[in-house]
Amino acid sequence: MNPYLVPGLIAVVLVTVGIGAYGLRFARTTSDFLVASRSVSPSWNAAAISGEYLSAASFLGVAGLVLRYGVDVLWYPVGFAAGYLALLLFVAAPLRRSGAFTLPDFCQVRLRSKLLRRLASVFVLFIGCLYLVPQLQGAGLTFTTVTGGSYAWGALLVGVVVTANVALGGMRAITFVQAFQYWLKLTALAVPVIFLALQWQSDGRPPVTPPAGATFPAATAVMIEQDAVIDGREVHKGEELHFDAGAPVPRVSTVDATFGPDWLLPGGDMTLFATYSLILATFLGTMGLPHVLVRFYTNPDGASARRTTLVVLALVGLFYLLPTLYGVLGRIYTPQLLMTGRTDAVVLTLPEAALGGGHAGKLLGALVTAGALAAFLSTSSGLLTSVAGVVFTDVLHAGRTGSVRDFRVATVLAASVPIALSLYVSNMDVSRVVGLAFAVAASSFCPLLVLGIWWRGLTDYGAAAGLLVGGGAAVAAVLITVLGPPLSGWPAQLIGQPAAWTVPLAFLVMIVGSLLTSRRVPADVGATMLRLHAPESLRI
Amino acid sequence: MDGDQAQRRTRVVLGEVAARRRPTDRTHADLAEQTPVGEALVKGLVRAQLALALRLALVVVTGLGALPLLFAAAPGVGSMKVLGINLPWMLLGVLSFPFLVGVGWAYVRWAERNEQDFIALIRKPEQ
Repeated sequence: MNPYLVPGLIAVVLVTVGIGAYGLRFARTTSDFLVASRSVSPSWNAAAISGEYLSAASFLGVAGLVLRYGVDVLWYPVGFAAGYLALLLFVAAPLRRSGAFTLPDFCQVRLRSKLLRRLASVFVLFIGCLYLVPQLQGAGLTFTTVTGGSYAWGALLVGVVVTANVALGGMRAITFVQAFQYWLKLTALAVPVIFLALQWQSDGRPPVTPPAGATFPAATAVMIEQDAVIDGREVHKGEELHFDAGAPVPRVSTVDATFGPDWLLPGGDMTLFATYSLILATFLGTMGLPHVLVRFYTNPDGASARRTTLVVLALVGLFYLLPTLYGVLGRIYTPQLLMTGRTDAVVLTLPEAALGGGHAGKLLGALVTAGALAAFLSTSSGLLTSVAGVVFTDVLHAGRTGSVRDFRVATVLAASVPIALSLYVSNMDVSRVVGLAFAVAASSFCPLLVLGIWWRGLTDYGAAAGLLVGGGAAVAAVLITVLGPPLSGWPAQLIGQPAAWTVPLAFLVMIVGSLLTSRRVPADVGATMLRLHAPESLRI
Repeated sequence: MDGDQAQRRTRVVLGEVAARRRPTDRTHADLAEQTPVGEALVKGLVRAQLALALRLALVVVTGLGALPLLFAAAPGVGSMKVLGINLPWMLLGVLSFPFLVGVGWAYVRWAERNEQDFIALIRKPEQ
């Protein structure tokens, strides 16, 4: 095992807990815990939002998908970044001015409805869990890949560290932790990629898609993980195959991947419908993720919320330049991952595979693993804080009188379900589940926010109907995808990438429902609109 | 959260400045009292901001959203090369991010200008 690994991981955990404890010195009131007393500067806030946002799916998943499917999946990073542009254009400043801390708060501020508030809380908890479970799973899988230890210990370790940190430090501490982790994640991908590019140069720039097909760069032993057929020959689980340097990489029947020019050119496996559905889900889903919205309340006013979002867009865009390079170089240096199907591990294995087993390769390997750990820690901390915030206000009904102790109880409650789930459901597909969480957010909270902010005619009944029909359809699609039988043909497209029909459906039901119940438009909608859109300097 | 908290928040956000600066001029009073004139002013601001957001969203939809159709309709575009890199990789993997940041930057600039125009309109001395 890599000797730099354990010290690297321990350092990340210690620094995380250390910054959390440092922040704790300033966190004295419930307000500190929930919103950092609204006194976080835009640059800290932007780094914290980015740190929180770049999850396991971004750090490991994107590179893995590029390695596997090529140019078509570049829509994932583009969409993950563009989501912040949609947030900036339609939501950022008015949401901050509304004074809402969570999505349920927004329902109450805008539509004065307890019913809608409860419904929104259910969706926040669902999306939060849907997003937390794969983070913990990713942690477990990384732990197995890197150390050979058990999956359950990895998931438990990250789960416990995150719970302790959120329960002890709250939002104020978390802001510093997240900001640190953004820069750690960026460094952990940017520094190795420089060495990898130099290595690629000195190897004489081997082509990514050689005309004769992919070959092994060095003698490689591949452990087969599932019974399969390779070049017409049956292989069995646990069998070890040996390949010489320069031998062609065979296709394994059980592993879905793209080869040859299909990988390089658009329009391979993904149909136009699936591509547009993915674009819609990622562009519009970001604004509905519970851990993203919570951050906007920590800005002092609407204009700074806007500027913060712009900095986030730049930081996130900068980060997403990197995973693509890992996917591309993985095609040259780690083709065996295309045989085992563990493409998500490409970021972790590439440094050692390309640079050899010397000190440089091992150090950089430890660095990317530390970055992956930071990815699990930061995203799960942010999600947990926001889910705990909803449990705190809407389940425990602690409200303004709630104590810091109540918040800690809420955190432990909110963490226990996803941790337990992640231990029992270990075979769900990580990156796909994250994509589905975006689809649910895009079909539930995106219409609620956009219509609530820009259209006076929205009513509580119309919004509830839209949430139930559009969001409900997306939830059903998620449950069928995760728990149901494998589908094929058009049903598989419609269920596997539901956003293209559930988002318009949610908008339509919300608008029609509101028009039908137009007598229920809140009487104070004019005052609310003034508050959402008028600059703070004009407070009347 | 219960009703009194929402009310209290309303008071904190909207009230603190009112104590310092009474609405002395007509336009300001229109806003504060939600008269038809005040409503029309707010509607104008909301409409201006929404139009700006929609216009820039349209720029992104035509700039990025048309790419899958383009690649499907004209497969030749996919194999064109820029600096030795296939065009789709260059567009999606590299250029899309500065494009998004540029659109965002323009939005922040123009949205703030809309707000300043609104403030100028309200603070304008009575004719």
